[in-house]
Amino acid sequence: MADPADLPRIHEREPVTPPTTSRAIVPFPSPPEEPADPDRLGDVDEWGRSERWREIARTIYEPIYRDWFRAEWQGLENVPTQGGALLVANHAGAIPPDAPVIMHGIETELGRPLYGLADHMFRDLPVVGTLWSRLGGVVAHPDNAYRLLHDQDQLVLVFPEGIKGPGKHVSQRYQLRRFGRGGYVEIAMRAGVPIVPIAVMGAEEAMPVFAKSTTVARRLGLPYIPLTVGYLPSKFVLRVLPPVTFDVEPGQHRYSRSRIMDESEAIRTRIQDALHDMLRTRRSIWFG
Amino acid sequence: MGRRILVTGLGTFWGSRVAQTLEQDPTVEVIVGLGVDEPTVPLERTEYVRADESYSILSRLVKAMAVDTVVHTHLVVDPSQMPAAQVHETNVIGTMNLLAAASAPESSVRHIIVKSSTIVYGCSSSDPMWFDEDTPPSRPPSTRIERSLDEVEGYVRDFALDNPDVAISVLRFSKVLGDELETPISRSLGLPVVPAIAGFDPRFQFVHETDVVRAIMFVLEQQVSGVYNVAGDGVLPWSEVASICGKRTFPIPPYGTAVAGVALRRLGVDLPDELLALLRYGRGVDNSRLKDAGFRYEHTTAGTVKTFAEEARLRATVGDPHPTYRFEQDVETFFRHSPAVVRDAPASDTDEQADR
Repeated sequence: MADPADLPRIHEREPVTPPTTSRAIVPFPSPPEEPADPDRLGDVDEWGRSERWREIARTIYEPIYRDWFRAEWQGLENVPTQGGALLVANHAGAIPPDAPVIMHGIETELGRPLYGLADHMFRDLPVVGTLWSRLGGVVAHPDNAYRLLHDQDQLVLVFPEGIKGPGKHVSQRYQLRRFGRGGYVEIAMRAGVPIVPIAVMGAEEAMPVFAKSTTVARRLGLPYIPLTVGYLPSKFVLRVLPPVTFDVEPGQHRYSRSRIMDESEAIRTRIQDALHDMLRTRRSIWFG
Repeated sequence: MGRRILVTGLGTFWGSRVAQTLEQDPTVEVIVGLGVDEPTVPLERTEYVRADESYSILSRLVKAMAVDTVVHTHLVVDPSQMPAAQVHETNVIGTMNLLAAASAPESSVRHIIVKSSTIVYGCSSSDPMWFDEDTPPSRPPSTRIERSLDEVEGYVRDFALDNPDVAISVLRFSKVLGDELETPISRSLGLPVVPAIAGFDPRFQFVHETDVVRAIMFVLEQQVSGVYNVAGDGVLPWSEVASICGKRTFPIPPYGTAVAGVALRRLGVDLPDELLALLRYGRGVDNSRLKDAGFRYEHTTAGTVKTFAEEARLRATVGDPHPTYRFEQDVETFFRHSPAVVRDAPASDTDEQADR
C-alpha cells in the first residue's frame, strides 16, 4: 500500500478549476482531502461533509433556489476561484434561508465547495446535527476556521450577526446588528485570507418574525420561539462586494483589538450600504 | 554499553509486547519489567519483578539496575478493566512513584516514555474538529479516567520542567484496533449489531496495534522528546466503521443515553462513558508532529479498521490462532540464570574460538 506520507500534502495539490458558469448542476471535484484511501467505503471528509449528500441536496434544493427564491447574484466574480476566503453575510429569517441559498449558489455557479460555520449547538442535535454536518456545516471554532482557510484553501461562510440576525423583529429588517466582537476579522487576518462581504436581500421577508417569546423557549433550551410564516417566495438578490484584504502579517498570535473592531465595523457598514442601495431599486419584495 | 530499559506494566497487553519488541534490538542490553501481573507473551531475556500497583519498589529497582530508560505503559485507559479506585492508584500514584524514582539525585534515568491517550482532550460539542498537541481540552475533565490522565500529564509536565536533562516523550494514542487487543470498542464491533446513538454519526480515528508498538520503539530509539499524538491518517464516520466490519448499527436513544448504557451493561454490552461521548461527538487528532519527526505509519484509520475486520472474520472461523501463554517464574529464572544452561560464548572469547 502506498505510504501515505509520500502522497502530496493538501496545500501542494493542483488548484481547483471550476466549470464554466451555468445555472445547471454540474459535478465538481470534492473538497481537497488526503488522497483517496482505498480502504474507505464512503466519501465523508474530515469535516463530516459528504459530496454525495451535497449532490442530493443540490438536486432537491435547485427548484427552490431557481423558482421559489429566484436567486440572482451580482458581483460573483469577487469570490476567488482559488485559495481560501472568508465569506461574510447578513443573516435573517426565523429559520434562515440565506445559508442554504448562498451555499447552493456558490457551489453551482462557481463550482467550489463551501463550508458554513455555525454555533456548536448544532452538534448536540440528533439527526439535524448530522445532516448539517454532512452538508458542510462546521462548528465555529477558530482552530477549525484556520485549518479550513489556511491549510486547506477552502471557502468558508460565516454570519457575524449570529443569532441576533434571525431574531430581528420584522420592523427592524435590514438594520444590521453588531458583528459580534470581530472574531471573524481576526480569523481572516491570522489565516491570511481575504474577507468577501455578501449583502443578501430577500431573507428578511422569506420568514419574517412578527413576534417572539423567550420565556417558554428558554426552558426548552432554544433562544426564542418566533411567530412567523415561511418560506414566503421573496426574490433573493445576493450582491458580492469586492474582497477586503488586510496588510497584516498572517499567523500572529494576537492582533490589535481596536484594528479588528474598526475593520469589522467597516465591513458591516459596507454591507449595510449595499443593502440600502439594493432596497432603493427594489420595486417589489416578491418580484425584485 | 547498551541501553538499560525498565518497562512498567509488564503484565499488561502493551508492556508485554513492548518488552518482546525490545528483545529483538541488539543495542538494548538489559530489560526489566515491573508489574502486578505476569507477562502474557513468551519473553527471552526480560527480567520480571512483581510489584504492587503503586510501584513502591521502583526507586530501589532503578538504582540497583542503573536503568537509563523507562517505558511507562501501565496507564489504564479502559475503565472496564478495573474498579475506579484502582484506576486512580495505578495511574496517578504509580506515575508519581515513577517520577520520584527518576528524579532522585543520582538517578541514572535519561529518557522516560509515557503511553498516554487522546482521552485527555475530552469529548464535547464545542471541541475543534482536530486537536493538535497544544490544543487544550474545551471542558474540564468529566470522567474518572480523564481526570486521572490529566493529573498524570500534569505531573509529567512538572517533572520535565524540574529535570531538563531528562528526555520525556509523551505519546497520546487514539483508540487502538488490532488482531489481539480487546477493548470496549473492539467488543462493540464484534457484536452482531453495533451500538450507535440514534441521529449521530461522528468521526472516529484509530491507530493499529502494531503502529502503537512501532511508535514507542521509534521514540525510544530516536530519543525524541515532547508530546505527540499517535493516530492513523483519516477519520471515518462510525457508520462506515460498522460497514467495513460488515455490521449494521442498532440505535441507542440520544436522550437518556446514560440510562440506556446501564441497561446495556446488564445485557453484557459494555459502553463506558468515554465511549458514549465518542459515539456522540467523535474526536480527531492531528498526527503530523510525529510524522514530521520521521515516523511512518503502516496503517491509516480505514486500513486499521479493515485489518481488524479481516482478523475478526478469520478468528470467527478458525478460532484464536495465538496459543495462550502461561508465565512460570521458576522456569524463566532457570533459563536466565542457571549455570547449567549453555550460553553463547561472550565476545572476549572469540580469540579462543578462532584458535580452535
